[in-house]
Amino acid sequence: MKDTMADIDQLRADAMAQIAASRTLDTLDGVRVAFLGKQGSISLLMKTLGKMTPEERQVEGPKLNGLRAEVTDAVAARKAALEQAALDAKLAGETVDLSLPAADVPVGSVHPVSQAMDELAEIFADLGFAVATGPEIEDDWHNFTALNMPDTHPARAMHDTFYFPDKDDEGRAMLLRTHTSPVQIRSMVEGGAPVRIIAPGRTYRSDSDATHTPMFHQIEGLVIDRNIHMGHLKWTLETFLKAFFERDDIVLRLRPSYFPFTEPSAEVDVGYSHEKGRRVIGGAGDEPGHGWMEVLGSGMVNRRVIAACGLDPDEWQGFAFGCGIDRLAMLKYGMDDLRAFFDGDLRWLKHYGFAALDVPTLSGGVGVAA
Amino acid sequence: MKFSLSWLKDHLDTDATVDEIAAKLTAIGLEIEGVENPAEDLAGFRVAKVLTAEKHPDADKLQVLSVDSGDGQPLTVVCGAPNARAGLVGVLGLPGAVVPSNGMEMRKAAIRGIESNGMMCSARELDMGQDHDGIIELPSDAPVGTEYADYAGLDDPVFDVAITPNRPDCMGVYGIARDLAAAGLGTLKPVDAAPVAGEGPCPVDIRIEDRDGCPAFYGRAIRGVTNGQSPDWMQARLKSAGQRPISALVDITNYVMLTYGRPSHAYDLAKLSGAVTARRARDGETVTALNEKEYTLDDTMLVIADEAGVHDIAGIMGSEHSSCTDATTDILLEVAYFDPVRIALTGRKLNLTSDARSRFERGIDPGFVNDGLELLTRLILDICGGEASEVRHVGAPPAADRTVAFDPALTRSLGGMDVPHATQRDILERLGFTVTQTQDHWIVAVPGWRPDVDGAPDLVEEVIRIHGLDAIPSVALDRAEGVAQPTVTPEQARERRVRRAAAARGHHEAVTWSFLPMPVAEAFADGQPWVLANPISEDMKAMRPSLIPGLLMAAQRNMARGADSVRLFEIGRRYLRGKGGASDERLTLGLVMAGEKSSRGWQAGKARMFDAFDAKAEAMALLDAAGAPVENLQVMDEAGEQFHPGQSATLRLGPKNVLARFGTLHPRIAKAFDLNGAVMAVEIFLDAIPAKKGERSFTRASYAPPALQSVMRDFAFLVPDEVAAGDLVKAVKGADKKHVVEARIFDEFRGAGVAEGHKSIAVEVVLQPHQASFTEDDLKAISDAIVAAAAKRGAVLRG
Repeated sequence: MKDTMADIDQLRADAMAQIAASRTLDTLDGVRVAFLGKQGSISLLMKTLGKMTPEERQVEGPKLNGLRAEVTDAVAARKAALEQAALDAKLAGETVDLSLPAADVPVGSVHPVSQAMDELAEIFADLGFAVATGPEIEDDWHNFTALNMPDTHPARAMHDTFYFPDKDDEGRAMLLRTHTSPVQIRSMVEGGAPVRIIAPGRTYRSDSDATHTPMFHQIEGLVIDRNIHMGHLKWTLETFLKAFFERDDIVLRLRPSYFPFTEPSAEVDVGYSHEKGRRVIGGAGDEPGHGWMEVLGSGMVNRRVIAACGLDPDEWQGFAFGCGIDRLAMLKYGMDDLRAFFDGDLRWLKHYGFAALDVPTLSGGVGVAA
Repeated sequence: MKFSLSWLKDHLDTDATVDEIAAKLTAIGLEIEGVENPAEDLAGFRVAKVLTAEKHPDADKLQVLSVDSGDGQPLTVVCGAPNARAGLVGVLGLPGAVVPSNGMEMRKAAIRGIESNGMMCSARELDMGQDHDGIIELPSDAPVGTEYADYAGLDDPVFDVAITPNRPDCMGVYGIARDLAAAGLGTLKPVDAAPVAGEGPCPVDIRIEDRDGCPAFYGRAIRGVTNGQSPDWMQARLKSAGQRPISALVDITNYVMLTYGRPSHAYDLAKLSGAVTARRARDGETVTALNEKEYTLDDTMLVIADEAGVHDIAGIMGSEHSSCTDATTDILLEVAYFDPVRIALTGRKLNLTSDARSRFERGIDPGFVNDGLELLTRLILDICGGEASEVRHVGAPPAADRTVAFDPALTRSLGGMDVPHATQRDILERLGFTVTQTQDHWIVAVPGWRPDVDGAPDLVEEVIRIHGLDAIPSVALDRAEGVAQPTVTPEQARERRVRRAAAARGHHEAVTWSFLPMPVAEAFADGQPWVLANPISEDMKAMRPSLIPGLLMAAQRNMARGADSVRLFEIGRRYLRGKGGASDERLTLGLVMAGEKSSRGWQAGKARMFDAFDAKAEAMALLDAAGAPVENLQVMDEAGEQFHPGQSATLRLGPKNVLARFGTLHPRIAKAFDLNGAVMAVEIFLDAIPAKKGERSFTRASYAPPALQSVMRDFAFLVPDEVAAGDLVKAVKGADKKHVVEARIFDEFRGAGVAEGHKSIAVEVVLQPHQASFTEDDLKAISDAIVAAAAKRGAVLRG
């Protein structure tokens, strides 16, 4: 009996020593087999239990089982420790320099003119204006005659018109529209009244210098209904400019002017001040340090225009306005060179363009903060 | 229109300041473009007297002057002018003054060792004339020490006013004075046009053959005039208006035009022979006008001619031949009324502008023909002397008796402004209208100088502009009732989506000119492009038939600036020929990729260039964003001769409807645009994408993810080279539409083990069971169907 006890103690000590000395999982497994495998020394000792008397077995059984459990646990613990160490070592070898650049996904942009058009459409949607379009290659009836500018009208000469040598089948001279106003005509002729539209788009004048390009963008507004007057025009312009510039302190100055297609007519100035050498919209133009800047032309649609569109001017009246979109975008976002708008310079587009996700919304603010 | 304050005050009795006048002009629709005072440019220049003049000790041509500038202490001034001498009174520029002719600021400086305290100035240095032979010599009694601008009467601010084309009356100072008086800024002085009694009948026979073009021609001769220089006051006025003084007779006609808006013409009587006639020109008749250019006329044009030929393109410009010169002693004055439309058409046809034309074509006061002639006569007699004949009146101007029915309530209902009726009436009367009140409205007589006023809204404008537009209260528009509806059309919404999709995919939106150089437009056009008659330059002559070339030019500019990678797109119209001679403008997306797709990097190694599949990826993705049924599109060739013949294709919905073209640009085109390397281009014809049918609806087709697991099977086919991979996939998908839910090519291979003229294409197929899981028999049946379908395309399953 004593012998068995001595064997057990000796086996425990040997097993523990060999487990602790195992440096690799393979070595550890060898130790496990040597003690706990089918032919392992602990397993062999366990087999001796069968030959013992029940009394002996009652005494020796628990001791041997205890030994086997102890060694099994020690192997498992050592295995876990070795695995952890191996993982640590592996991970240590996988270190990367995360200051290295990540791969770029190309980022594109939306042109300021498109962004401004989307902003304007959003603002005017809230006021119930639909977006209308018309051709850029127009005939002189839509661009001039129907707008109360007959052939000999002196205002025609002021339009610096691009002409084509072509005439349409009705003998009308073809030209590039000099303003978005022909869309007024098309809207009234095709849709009748009431009308409440904006018409943004490309317009053309034979003019090219530091502040004029032969192609530019305009937005036209037209409201035809019953009982519309200049007070509505003024409110609409104030509301739209306040919303566009997101400022409550926009002050407008209406100046009498002349457009053949409106009567009465008014040019509209907006007050501005200088901040860091830039014009900033807001405040009245006659305050100290302020000025007035012309931003749009407007007026009550001339009765002749309404009649030319087949509507009864005694029943329908309304207002129209036209405004340069490029100018609005420049004033809002601080570009100072109109010509850069049409160059396609990637450096400029990356700087002044807008993210695809910058979709103007009323709830999020139609502008994009710098 | 430019004029000086003193000129205005000839006609307007006012105490208003320059600033008040300027502000009021803008407020009533006569927009001030600038106010300048010539005196400001002459600050620091004084009337000064040379006391002594000694030769400069160290310079032959210089003198050392002692000059009295009125400060008591004589100043030493070094001067090189030959006429500098003791006793001369001239103009001294003091240190700090800026020489108008060259913008240089004067400083004290030693000239050859002697300090000079200023400069005696020549006329040219002060921008007062061309004389630079010597310094200005003023009369000896000119007050020494006075600012020269004050002495010369130059302290007279000049207003520059933009006159809108509806206001010919304000193309004369008098009309502007009238408007200011109506706006409460003073009192309008009456015009004194008392007739000048003539001596004897007009010796020239005046006839009108063309009554439509020239309803009235009033003329009179003046004999014995002296045509020297006009008086200083008149020259100063003309200069303030930006006109160059020429001679007394010419200056007087210009002065009357600029003061009263009334053009006229003076002929040298000695150059006329026989009767003077207002008639139509003969086809091919020529005249050399005062601008020394020869014009060829036609029979739509009105001229004033005698027996020998044309002396005046009526209402536009006189002839060189009969113009007044220094030698002129006898003249014929013409004050006529011409038809505005005829003047406009002739001027435009001849491309000839003049001050007279711009007034005649806008409309001259028909009631001021005789007054104009009398005013003109008086001035000529006063300034040039001579003896006037009686006036010969031929024809009569149209009656200035228009009336407009006006309900003053319209000022509120159209102008949005409440103006008391009495105030409205007062404003109209001060502007020269005559108001007669009837039971329910007013009858307003329009003065002859307001051809623009022909309806009630015009009168509303008169009332509110004089009353002040600032007084219009803002009134909110009614809101539309009910639920907000989209305010953009489906096409506009689609444009927005595609734009933002392209930006999200890494492309930058450009806005390029609608114009192209002619050869470029032709290279991209199918038919005849639209070509401008009057382009701004040859590079901007034709309207683009495609969006690609504008983007290629932008890409080239970017590459030239050193860009490695260009991804540009644009959404805009291409311009085609439409029905009935109209244009056909189609919304199009153009996209160009050039240079590197990805730059060299520490991970990726070498830079990667774009290829045709990148172009295809963009075309498909953007068509998808546009709502095109991309799964139904066919890839077909014929992208056009601008593309690489083997690396480009169209995407079509059915055989005819081309939704897009894409691929590698033809190297010949790339070279023509000065672009190196392969360039990819995509053009999406947004207008060709079919609209969604039916009403806008939000409900989607019902769907539940399948409960059973899908099964994947790979097939490798041996396929003849000429069979398109896309067709094979289509066949595989079509073999069992119920169960084949996806078929994807994952390998394409030519070479070892693949027969010549063939390729190996491996397809991964996803099969979806529905009611029950597939049995082996099911799967075999589907596989057999797939292989059979592929076989119809000439594909053989590889063993």
